[in-house]
Amino acid sequence: MAYSMEADMEHDHHIDTSKPMEYSTEDGSLKIFGFWVFLGSDLVLFSCLFTMYILLFRNTAGSFTSQQLFDYPTFLSETFLLLTSSFTCGLATYSMRRGMKNATIAWLIVTVLLGLGFIGFEVSEFTKYVSMGATMHTSAFLSAFFTLVGTHGCHVSLGILWLTSIIIQVAMRGLNPVTTRKIFIAGLYWHFLDVAWIFIFTVVYFMGKVL
Amino acid sequence: MASNDTTKHGQHHQEAFPWKHIIGFLLSLVLTFGSLWFVLGSHLPSQAVISAIVILAVFQAMIQLFLFMHLTETFGPNYQQFLIFFAFFIAFTVVAGSIWIMAFKSYVA
Amino acid sequence: MNPAVRHFILTFFPHNVLELGADGAIIMASLAIVFVLTYFKKWKWLWREYLTTVDHKKIGIMYIIAAITMLFRGGSDAILMRSQLAFPNEHFLSANHYDEIFTTHGTVMILFMAMPFVIGLFNVAVPLQIGARDVAFPYLNAISFWLFFVAALLFNLSFVVGGSPNAGWTSYTPLAGAHFDPGPGENYYLIALQITGIGTIATGVNFLVTILKMRAPGMTLMRMPMFTWSVLITSILIIFAFPVLAVDLALLLIDRLFGAHFFTISAGGMPMQWVNLFWIWGHPEVYIVILPLFGVFSEVVATFSRKRLFGYGAMVVSLLAISILSFVVWVHHFFTMGAGVGVNDFFGVSTMLIAVPTGVKMFNWLFTMWRGRVEFAMPMLWALAFIPTFLIGGLSGVMLAVAPADYQYHNSYFLVAHFHYVLVGGTVFGCFAGMYYWWPKMFGVKLDERTGRWAFWTWIVSFNVCFLPMFVVGLMGMTRRMYTYPAGLGWMPYNFVETIGAYGMAIGFVLMVYNIVYSIRKGERDLTGDPWDGRTLEWSTTSPAPEYNFAVTPVVHDRDEWWYQKYVDKSKKEKPVIRPIHMPNNSGRPITLAAGFGLAGFGFVFAWYVPAILGLLIVLICLGARSFELNTDHYIPVDVIERTEAAAGRL
Ligand code: HEM
Ligand SMILES: [Cu+2]
Repeated sequence: MAYSMEADMEHDHHIDTSKPMEYSTEDGSLKIFGFWVFLGSDLVLFSCLFTMYILLFRNTAGSFTSQQLFDYPTFLSETFLLLTSSFTCGLATYSMRRGMKNATIAWLIVTVLLGLGFIGFEVSEFTKYVSMGATMHTSAFLSAFFTLVGTHGCHVSLGILWLTSIIIQVAMRGLNPVTTRKIFIAGLYWHFLDVAWIFIFTVVYFMGKVL
Repeated sequence: MASNDTTKHGQHHQEAFPWKHIIGFLLSLVLTFGSLWFVLGSHLPSQAVISAIVILAVFQAMIQLFLFMHLTETFGPNYQQFLIFFAFFIAFTVVAGSIWIMAFKSYVA
Repeated sequence: MNPAVRHFILTFFPHNVLELGADGAIIMASLAIVFVLTYFKKWKWLWREYLTTVDHKKIGIMYIIAAITMLFRGGSDAILMRSQLAFPNEHFLSANHYDEIFTTHGTVMILFMAMPFVIGLFNVAVPLQIGARDVAFPYLNAISFWLFFVAALLFNLSFVVGGSPNAGWTSYTPLAGAHFDPGPGENYYLIALQITGIGTIATGVNFLVTILKMRAPGMTLMRMPMFTWSVLITSILIIFAFPVLAVDLALLLIDRLFGAHFFTISAGGMPMQWVNLFWIWGHPEVYIVILPLFGVFSEVVATFSRKRLFGYGAMVVSLLAISILSFVVWVHHFFTMGAGVGVNDFFGVSTMLIAVPTGVKMFNWLFTMWRGRVEFAMPMLWALAFIPTFLIGGLSGVMLAVAPADYQYHNSYFLVAHFHYVLVGGTVFGCFAGMYYWWPKMFGVKLDERTGRWAFWTWIVSFNVCFLPMFVVGLMGMTRRMYTYPAGLGWMPYNFVETIGAYGMAIGFVLMVYNIVYSIRKGERDLTGDPWDGRTLEWSTTSPAPEYNFAVTPVVHDRDEWWYQKYVDKSKKEKPVIRPIHMPNNSGRPITLAAGFGLAGFGFVFAWYVPAILGLLIVLICLGARSFELNTDHYIPVDVIERTEAAAGRL
């Protein structure tokens, strides 16, 4: 029977040094591609939440409107924290590709701290609304607002846990095909959260101020 | 395993200075301030403002995808790019389709 | 009695004879399984070989067994419904009870029978067809299976603890909202579907990556077997449709548990938006449960006609067309909402367009058989039965797509007949064709032809006896989900015949189980690995395939590669060099993680947050442990491979 020894060798822990380290094993490149596919799925998930928000935006049930609730300093701070964290996360991947372990760890830590700052602002924003009496129960508009922005916040929180676990692993085990793959994938995730946020600040906050 | 290999791997297609990232970051700041200006400073009618900021958002999303996430980088056929574009197509169908369909209230009323 | 105690008992324990009987049967069956396993000292074997496995072939087998069990469960519901409707004015099921039964029937059949059956076939066949050692993410594959399994258990638990959901498998709001449906039943529905849906998305990702990235060298996209093509397209549908369901379910759960207003009537909610999102998922979903079976029919028809599949390119193009069109037709499920002329016209036309690629496929199967040497083996019989049945289902579907006419047909028995013609005639027959076709590959034994034919003919005849009259009685005005009907409308004779058909299908099911049991004991062993003189790579390895599938990775030259190697390729075969094979380790974590989901789900059903949070913690711990794990795989040494191959007479 015709067969391929090269293919058999690929399935081994074979390392292809012509590619960046995270892609160098079959396992690594499969997982990276798989994660892209998952992001496609997650993108559709967010699109449904946006749909709900857009449809329910005017249904305030005579209660709080977006104009009354949102304030520029808060959501602009959130935006800049997240934008910057996406940048520093990119720098972590960049350093990783150059084989600089300590720089990678440092940029990842900065990313996590910026992420924590973002979550801090978001939690205080939500608490403020709730203390004003604007909750999930108040109106369809607020249900959709809390769910859309909250889902993004949950994604960011999970991302923080994930990055932390990766930082520990890189510190313990150094940069190898497994840890670099994890950094790369978590980086994709983090940038993706920024993509989602771009649409949140545009559709939720800016439009909430315009309309 | 291969930790002593790092340098060899590391050199792959990598500039000595992260220009791509810095340009991407500066552009996203510019675009964000652009949106802010449209909302606060432009005094255009709200439909125009909305169109403008949505377009800026799309550009900014592209920056993340192409400059930060390396959407075009592959070692083999570029399936991921196709999949992400398909995802955007579905997302658009869901949002636009739902808005169109759920406008039905006006017919009944 | 103390009212609180009484309330507790009424909520948590069955309070009528039927439920008591069913619960008793469930408990007895569980005890019997535990007893048998203990008596034969099989627990350890079960744990090592199945519960912790990451092998796609075993996972596929578990999916299919679970699906057949669920077919029995959903079938029992169907028998109860048909018994009630045999005569007018029957009341042996109360209205609420009937509601619960059609809800669980529909939900179980689609999400816990059709889906796992289809996914089971993916697992059984796809890696073998593309010459791969396993799927891309075997560990994730095990998680998908156990999530489905736990979700099915949770859903069925509703029958015993707390009451079943009763708002239909479509669970339309506001009826399914907290205001009109306060009990825990709907929560079971929402949470069980959420859990199995997560597993399904993972399956979609897994098979997409497997097919795009792990094909044997030489297998270009246009050399993939047609079943693999259909799974590729189905995976894309899963990846983009299931997140919509996830959001829909989550939002209704938030409404119900936390008092939000997405789908309520008060405070600005939009009940119809539930319906909208449901069908944005729902229509792709019906293609998810039919496309893979189109793939099965393509394989079966080509194999048993001894011919190359006719019109391969056209088949691929129509699959692609269906995958895009199926995302833009969803409104045909609720034309009667009254979205207006523009909307209904657009979606009516797009629906009719889908008939075109489907028709193309039909003709391709017919032309494949044309002038072939057709052999009427069991898989081929099921495929042949499918063609006229699905044609009836499809044509009645085009009638339903005419929006103004649908105001007449909508939610009548005409619709019930339509979707059973496609779901039973397409999906179930297709699953059976696939099961008979790959059974030798799964177990190394063929299913018996003679007893199989009894089951086949009983099914086919009874199916039509049951569902054909429904078209008529639907046009006479009988509506769907009616728990009883008055005499004197002329419906009774039709309903009576339908019930006979339903009982006939029950007999068909029993005969099929007999066919399986009989074949396990006396069936013809398959020692060649190629019992049907097959065309694609899965038939080139032994039956059942060894753990590593192929001792050496094959190289592909042709669309029907195995046929090519058997009959066309005359070059001298070199003796392969066997190398150690790299395989993933078994793990007990997928099942633990799924159990965590189950516990969390149960907690959320009753809004008990302690078990809910505990369950989620188990999930998080499992994820974390996996992240830090170092030894995830092992090598099978050359001498073990050589011994296995020699034992199969392959060296
Ligand atoms: C095998 C024999 C079957 C029989 C005798 C049967 C019978 C029925 C009956 C009597 C109804 C209820 C109609 C009503 O009261 O409105 C029903 C509903 C339904 N059936 Fe079946 N069925 C069978 C198999 C299947 C299969 C295999 C599937 C799917 C793969 C399926 C999917 C459904 C669905 C989705 C509904 C709608 C439930 C709802 O209204 O929420 N059925 N069936
Ligand atoms: Cu449909």
